[in-house]
Amino acid sequence: MFDTGMIYEAKSVPEAVQMRLAHPDAVILAGGTDVLIQIRSGKLAGRELISIHGIDALRGVRQEEDGTIVIGSLTTFAHISSSPIIQEHLRVLGEAVSLVGGPQIRAAGTIGGNTCNGVTSADSASTLLAHDAVCELTGPQGARQVPIEQFYLGPGRTDVRPGEIQTAIRIPAASWKGCQGHYIKYGMRGAMEIATIGCSVNVKLTEDRMHLDGVRIAFGVAGPVPMRAHRTEEVMRGAALTAETVRRIGSGVLEEVHPRDSWRAPKDMRLHLCRQMAEDAFVEAVKRSGGEIRE
Amino acid sequence: MSKQYKLVTCTINGEEKTCMVDVRASLTDMLRGEYGLTSVKTGCEVGECGACAVIIDGECVNSCIYLAIWAEGKHITTIEGLNRPDGSLSDLQQAFVDETAIQCGFCTAGFLMEAECFLEKGKIYTDDELRRLLAGHLCRCTGYDNILRAVRKVMYQRNGLPQPEEAETLIAKHAPEWRK
Repeated sequence: MFDTGMIYEAKSVPEAVQMRLAHPDAVILAGGTDVLIQIRSGKLAGRELISIHGIDALRGVRQEEDGTIVIGSLTTFAHISSSPIIQEHLRVLGEAVSLVGGPQIRAAGTIGGNTCNGVTSADSASTLLAHDAVCELTGPQGARQVPIEQFYLGPGRTDVRPGEIQTAIRIPAASWKGCQGHYIKYGMRGAMEIATIGCSVNVKLTEDRMHLDGVRIAFGVAGPVPMRAHRTEEVMRGAALTAETVRRIGSGVLEEVHPRDSWRAPKDMRLHLCRQMAEDAFVEAVKRSGGEIRE
Repeated sequence: MSKQYKLVTCTINGEEKTCMVDVRASLTDMLRGEYGLTSVKTGCEVGECGACAVIIDGECVNSCIYLAIWAEGKHITTIEGLNRPDGSLSDLQQAFVDETAIQCGFCTAGFLMEAECFLEKGKIYTDDELRRLLAGHLCRCTGYDNILRAVRKVMYQRNGLPQPEEAETLIAKHAPEWRK
């Protein structure tokens, strides 16, 4: 038995919005793999819940005519990894979410929950950030779209306003077309683990595959919220695919990240990981794009 | 709070069942309390150990962090549903016995449900893949090797393939004389 207050079950998005307005203090419950655990631990004990688990319209991955990939907020990690659209166009996201927890967690946990709980270690977050994903939030005034970087306000805080629920994650065509990415999760063990550092890098090469048309680098746990290394990305645009470029990416991100000491890992170790993982993920992303790093 | 109850109808091990549950109940609570399916273990209750795993609509999930009210209209399978109609053990259960993949048995039902769930797909997995597929379950007795061996054995059996030679047999065959 869970120690909760009233549980309201929404069957549709408008119903969920009504419930959000009527019960502003209630916690939104999606897959349950975070909220129900926090109820057990006491952190959210006694709170009222709005379960959106039954809104089947929010499940599934689809593609719009302009190429935008739309992931319903209640799509589970397992279904994202197995989606043909994701496997074809956004392989790195499918791989990133296949590193969450264990199989049973991936069969229940949702991408909406993973982003809305606002934690910096979310395995989906850095890859979504690295693809300029957009969160669709639906409230009493209808839907609005927020770039995921602005969606994160602080540790555990996201831009879900009163009356709203997150209904989809959208990845515009320009964000994934011609890009190849790689995500690395560093944890103490291979499964059932929270990332010590997560790093997602994707690149777009010039037509001759000799230079970088663009690179996007995102981190989890390198700051209070998932973050991008914008300055490094800017500096590296147009760079040649050389070992020097790889080193400059590594030292560049060190200027931008600000991880902290925690019981999981000291700050120095995290800094080392940021540098190494950015370099490794970059090299792999270049390889996947058909490029070659030269001396 | 005022008490909230709800009628939940779902198919459990092939039979449609209905009961009145407290909305705060987990699926573990419902399966054990209302239906006496005590193979569903109450382990960590926070989705870490996998002892409560059941198959819901073809996917293996931890029933301890799944609300009973979410089961409405779902098809649920527990270990009780794996037995053959005459009550004898399934091939997977028998393999666990034969390979000594059980000691105290607390984790066993969860492992069996997980393995049943992915073996159903009829694929052949490498040992590394099998380890990852079984990673959501903790076993404090066996050290996992026997469990892996049992699952692998059934995987080959069900796909009509011969068993790959065990490492030990290979070593025995190819190792230099002094190692034998």
